[in-house]
Amino acid sequence: MALRVGCAAAPGRARDNKTGSWRVFKPIFKHETCTKCGLCETICPEGCVKEDKDGFFTPDLDYCKGCGLCAKECPADDIEMVQEEK
Amino acid sequence: MMKIVEGSHAVAEAVKLCRPQVISAYPITPQTHIVEALASMVADCELDAEYICVESEFSALSGCIGASAAGSRTYSATTSQGLALMFEVCFNAAGMRLPIVMTIANRAMGAPLSIWNDQQDSISLRDAGWLQYYAEDIQEVSDLHFIAYRVAEDHRVLLPAFVCFDGFILTHTYEPVDMPTQQEVDAYLPAFKPYQRLDAKEPISMGMYATPDYYMEFRYEVDRAMQRARDAYVDAARAFADQFGRDYTGAVEGYRLEDADTALVAMGSICGTVKDAIDEMRADGKRVGLLKIRSFRPFPSEEVAAALKGASTVAVLDKNISLGQKGAVALEVKDALYGSGIPVLDYIVALGGRDIRKRDIAKIVDLAEKGTGDMFYGLRTEVL
Repeated sequence: MALRVGCAAAPGRARDNKTGSWRVFKPIFKHETCTKCGLCETICPEGCVKEDKDGFFTPDLDYCKGCGLCAKECPADDIEMVQEEK
Repeated sequence: MMKIVEGSHAVAEAVKLCRPQVISAYPITPQTHIVEALASMVADCELDAEYICVESEFSALSGCIGASAAGSRTYSATTSQGLALMFEVCFNAAGMRLPIVMTIANRAMGAPLSIWNDQQDSISLRDAGWLQYYAEDIQEVSDLHFIAYRVAEDHRVLLPAFVCFDGFILTHTYEPVDMPTQQEVDAYLPAFKPYQRLDAKEPISMGMYATPDYYMEFRYEVDRAMQRARDAYVDAARAFADQFGRDYTGAVEGYRLEDADTALVAMGSICGTVKDAIDEMRADGKRVGLLKIRSFRPFPSEEVAAALKGASTVAVLDKNISLGQKGAVALEVKDALYGSGIPVLDYIVALGGRDIRKRDIAKIVDLAEKGTGDMFYGLRTEVL
């Protein structure tokens, strides 16, 4: 997104701000032991975990802030938090 | 037309000729006569502007931000504690790139409370992103308002501007001033063309939030605009000189500096005293000169270095102090002369309205010649 003079912005939605840049740790959804229970989607405070067409769940990294709740709560221990280099 | 006029009234007259559409100000000594005069002009229908009476300086400048963002040429004036109350708003005005022009009737900062002159107030806002111009006399402060609007509104720049002149010493003094006509000013300063404006048909917000991914780039852009303001200033001052015959094209201005051994550096009304003192010292065979700094932001480092390259000693008169360091002007001059080997001595003078006379200037030159400096000059040690 190119800068606009005076930090001006057109009206928009909060969704336009890619807040995922705040993240330090990134969740890796391994999809190895996943039982597709969907707890990650339920627990995500950002609402950015979605079910794909195969029934697996993936986070939208444009908005995931790396809180780690999904990894902590995953009953199958299938999500790993890794430090992200930017 | 030449007339004898009080400094504050000259500023009010010059501002009126700039046709501001919104004036938002709060009265404070020694700025009061400026906004009082402008309020009368609006009340008497001599000036077609909205005059917003506010309850504080914070609101005064906030009103200017809103009006400027909506596409109006805006004006305010303040000093000292009033400017301090605008601290946050000053940074916002610059970050939003709004070309507000504000007169600063320079006054000391409390505590202790002082209504008298020094330049601590505007100097303390040096990092806020405002252009800062300092005037030596009433003619200059009037003229700098026309030039400041041209520079601030230049689309290469888009930054707000302080026009600074010394409280009481200039605000309350009468001098002959050549005041241009409305027609002449209209020819020099066309109507404000905002770069962008608040418009319900194409809505925008200004001064929005920036994550760490963007913030530094915004600050970089403000600094680049400051750098471009150097050329924009010269262009505006040259156009002014061509039209009105008064030349302010130098961001700095030398006085009998060419062959000077000791070069004094100063800003504001003190330059008049220094020039008279230099004439007397020259008559006694001393090679002394003055470098007057007109633009403190952006700081004309290259011009300062070029102007002072022949001096053997540089003595800076600072009507301010960055407590725990030196005077702000001396620090900038030292930076400009870094590597040249020319000694720069700092003299903190005339704080809180302490008089400084020709004989003081001569004493400072004597001290500088002996290499004694980096000191408060004229301290009353008996009260310490």
